[in-house]
Amino acid sequence: MIFLDNLVNGISLGSIYAIIALGYTMVYGIAKMLNFAHGDVIMMGAYIAFCALQYWNMPPLVSLVVAMAACTVMGVVIEGLAYRPLRQAASLAVLITAIGMSYLLQNLALMIWGANPKSFPGSMINIPTISLFGGELKITGATLVTIVANIVIMIALTAFTSKTKTGKAMRCVSEDRGAASLMGINVNQTISITFAIGSALAAVAGILLCSSYPTLQPTTGSMPGIKAFTAAVFGGIGSIPGAMLGGLLLGVIEIFGKAYISTELGDAIVFAVLIIVLLVKPSGLLGKPVREKV
Amino acid sequence: MTRAKRNRLIYNCVTFAVVIIAFIVLQSMIENKTITRALKGQLIPICCWIVMAVSLNLVIGISGELSLGHAGFMSVGAFTGAVISGWLLNAHGMENETLRLVLAIVGGGIAAGIAGVVIGIPVLRLRGDYLAIVTLAFGEIIRNLVNVTYIAVADGHLVFSFLKKNVPEGARMLVDGASGAVKISKISTFTMGFILVLFTLIVVLNLINSRSGRAIKAIRDNRIAAESMGVPVTKYKMMAFVTAAVLAGMAGALYGLNSSTVVPSQFTFNQSINVLVFVVLGGLGNVLGSVISATLLTVLPEVLRAFADYRMLVYAVVLILVMIFTNNPTIRSFADRLIAPVKKLFGGKHSDKGGAQA
Repeated sequence: MIFLDNLVNGISLGSIYAIIALGYTMVYGIAKMLNFAHGDVIMMGAYIAFCALQYWNMPPLVSLVVAMAACTVMGVVIEGLAYRPLRQAASLAVLITAIGMSYLLQNLALMIWGANPKSFPGSMINIPTISLFGGELKITGATLVTIVANIVIMIALTAFTSKTKTGKAMRCVSEDRGAASLMGINVNQTISITFAIGSALAAVAGILLCSSYPTLQPTTGSMPGIKAFTAAVFGGIGSIPGAMLGGLLLGVIEIFGKAYISTELGDAIVFAVLIIVLLVKPSGLLGKPVREKV
Repeated sequence: MTRAKRNRLIYNCVTFAVVIIAFIVLQSMIENKTITRALKGQLIPICCWIVMAVSLNLVIGISGELSLGHAGFMSVGAFTGAVISGWLLNAHGMENETLRLVLAIVGGGIAAGIAGVVIGIPVLRLRGDYLAIVTLAFGEIIRNLVNVTYIAVADGHLVFSFLKKNVPEGARMLVDGASGAVKISKISTFTMGFILVLFTLIVVLNLINSRSGRAIKAIRDNRIAAESMGVPVTKYKMMAFVTAAVLAGMAGALYGLNSSTVVPSQFTFNQSINVLVFVVLGGLGNVLGSVISATLLTVLPEVLRAFADYRMLVYAVVLILVMIFTNNPTIRSFADRLIAPVKKLFGGKHSDKGGAQA
């Protein structure tokens, strides 16, 4: 039963990583940049949901919508102000700008909400704990919602990128930006939409993360952000199913590593597995190998 | 002497001159006691960050590999240095501080170099963002491992363990797991920091301008072309990576011995990012730029103390604006047009001088 318990926890944590990783992987696939501020958008989303629930007394679903809307606006504004002027610049310059943006968001949060950790209200996800096998396996409401949300987002996103016109445009831009713009696709608009979707997902991820791990502080987003980025690379960066798979595997490995090997070395185990996978398959689990032409 | 060679010589001389003059000025300020307390406390960290920035520049600017785990090597150096210094003092009763500091720095460099070889072998097979993420992962692994490492001196012997219960009672702890290296005797000096900076500059500038350096740059510019010319890619990449790791380890030892405790959480991913910011702001491949930006950005948060709570916010905004202003093509061409007449003026003068000398 402990095994099953760990497995459920692992899948739940992995689902959160997967949703965050989707933001990284979509932005990377389409804008070819590592958006290091993504983890901090998650934190902002969680804070906004926290305010909506606690201070403005909104019902959970409304606060979710408010947080998603706020993060969407934030994502588009960040992209327009900081990343768009650097579209032609070297990737390292964009990376540093993203890091600057990450500092900016963290310090904004520090200024607005202070350094003291806030306890995220459990009332956000109001679903009773389910007991299975005569009470031996307990699945909390947060875990259940996280896993369901992950599956729904996965299906919706796959349908979006393969069926709708905007989704197809996104895939075109990720394949060849120049050719896409010659075919009449508005590249800047497509990139903005990508940031909007990624940031809205970040808000969802932030709420789910803080429902399972309720300490909310300005640095809440950074470690999950790094892990999710790792997950995106693990699954093959740029690939949506890869981000899902990578996130889930990473979550399960982390929980099992902590449970069976060593609590303190949990992160080290995650990263060691990542390194081994990349050595065997340098483009990630589901990534397309890049052929080199001479 | 060809023009390129002369320019290089001038550049190297200017770099050394800047560092040496800065040292002399600061040293005389210390003797005259005109230096502020805050700045005096920053001198050794500045030396450490200069060494970190210059060594990372070797990896990113010269070798062209994005490494996000440079703080990991610093961490290895800091803890090795603290252990060596503590071991020499407690087990061998070595009182000579300078000798202990030198041995600690050398030891820190060697340990970080070994870590660099171990990490470099798998990492340098990967390219681009994958290399970045793996160096990041290694940095985190090193931090995690130090978190569960216990090193102590018991009866003149060094005890090393991953479990605290294996350390005998009453032993003198040197590294105490997550609490880090404790009760370090502070033996770092500004003079040693200056010597380390000079050493780093000599090593890096010589490497850049040597046959190996040209090979490294050739690999950066076009790996396939370099490979087909018979340049052994892995060997030269390793050379740059391990040299940078050794220097980072030395800086780490100096940094560690500058405070009474060092904790593993000081050397996180964020610290690697900080060094990366120094390198990019100073200019990729530009050694003098790294020296200047490391100095300014270490001092800047102190200067911004007037803004109190807003200082990191201001730092972030400055960082973003500088990146946009230096990299946006429209703004750049506008700036170039503004600077062009000035440049022409100086350029004209310069070529006149050159003509007179020739």
